[in-house]
Amino acid sequence: MNRRVAITGIGVLCAAGNHCDEFASSVFAGLSAIRPLTGFESVRIPQAARLRHYDASLHFSPKELDILDPFAQYALVAAREAVRNSGIEWTPALRQSSGVITGSCLGGKATEDESFRDLYQDKKTRFPPMVIPRTMANAGASSIGMEFGLTGASFTCSTACSSANHAIAQAFWMVRHGQLDLAIAGGSEAPFTLGHLKAWEGLRAVSSDTCRPFSLDRRGLIIGEGAAMLILEPLDAARARGATILAEIIGAGMSADAHHITQPSAAGASHAMRLALRDAEIAPHQIGYINAHGTGTLANDATETTAIREVFATHANKLAVSSTKSMHGHALGAAGAIEAAATVLALYHGILPPTANYTTPDPQCDLDVIPNIHRKAQPECALSNSFAFGGLNAVLAFRRAV
Amino acid sequence: MQESTLQRVIRIIAATQHYPPDKAAELNEDSTFAELGIDSLDGINIVFALEEEFNTNIPDDEARHIKGVRDIVNGIDKLLAAKASQQVSQQDLA
Repeated sequence: MNRRVAITGIGVLCAAGNHCDEFASSVFAGLSAIRPLTGFESVRIPQAARLRHYDASLHFSPKELDILDPFAQYALVAAREAVRNSGIEWTPALRQSSGVITGSCLGGKATEDESFRDLYQDKKTRFPPMVIPRTMANAGASSIGMEFGLTGASFTCSTACSSANHAIAQAFWMVRHGQLDLAIAGGSEAPFTLGHLKAWEGLRAVSSDTCRPFSLDRRGLIIGEGAAMLILEPLDAARARGATILAEIIGAGMSADAHHITQPSAAGASHAMRLALRDAEIAPHQIGYINAHGTGTLANDATETTAIREVFATHANKLAVSSTKSMHGHALGAAGAIEAAATVLALYHGILPPTANYTTPDPQCDLDVIPNIHRKAQPECALSNSFAFGGLNAVLAFRRAV
Repeated sequence: MQESTLQRVIRIIAATQHYPPDKAAELNEDSTFAELGIDSLDGINIVFALEEEFNTNIPDDEARHIKGVRDIVNGIDKLLAAKASQQVSQQDLA
């Protein structure tokens, strides 16, 4: 079986928007949602991309909140929106052949941090019983599956910053090859806990400024949070039920650098992009837009530029490339999903989101990075890159719906 | 007036289950977990809250046999009595 696969629904909850429409308008407008970080006085991380106006009690009952860490809440909120937007009508047969495939780097870190503080600092001897179900990295996937009664293949990928792209790629292949007739796929992350922020501070990868991908004065990444979920289903089935086809997902490529635990490698990144093109059965010149990994670190953006030039040769000069992390921050295990959403929305609306906060060209990042102002364009195909710490890469390829 | 063990147990169950006041008011010594729809995970949560409330440790084997409010009240009273007699015997030794 080799079916074409459509994206028919998107749900987003991140700093750049509490739902899909808000997210689309703010990333197209180039509005950076990066703000001063408050509430963590002992952490030397000045800025972050946090959710705004998120009120858990508007989405969940107190009983549900007992068992849902924020990362699982975000996953559910995004999944509910994606399902609603897709207009899907569940039948018993469809529920049986539908699954949930999510990415999460950290799982329930907030729950873990709070409960371990009770243990280590407050010397409590009793441990609350919900810590295990709240912290497990598949809690988001399982909660979504239970909410909609989906009993097909479901699991969670944890590959640091590529988690969501690995998840969406697997979901795509499983729908394409018939193991699933519908997948809810994406990622979620809730990294704002004292312990985890101190860990990022220790790594010295976070910007002392804002996030300026591909700009000469870039100083590092900005941590974000949230979730995005996509509805993947066979194109024929989506057309048959009259669904809005937001875009087609046409390929995925994965590779491992086998090089360094934090330093990126152009060879690994370019290999993943080439594999995505091959899987999609398209030529490099058919790509008109790349949603870059574009973290805003010195190493990533220069290496990613080299990798894009390796894959696209002279076509690299005609490509538009942007990093929406400049607006929604780096949401780690959710990043790929939020950026897949941005890529699909770009193809659907014919608007390419810019790279915000850009000031000065860097000769090492000499691509057309759509500085600060969106561009109207209707590329045939687009890529969305994720390159994780640990050198695990996953690239998704999409085609504009016609 | 001091709360009885039964009143404290009912308060803990209502709080952990997030019961609204009208449902909390219906709880009594005969209430069972089955009729309240309290599953095994809810039960473990209640046991944890009871341990905090009564500052006692409820052994796993005891916790597993709890089927309702009466079991809890009887078990807690037994644990508290055992703790009290231990304290008395320690005082005797001192």
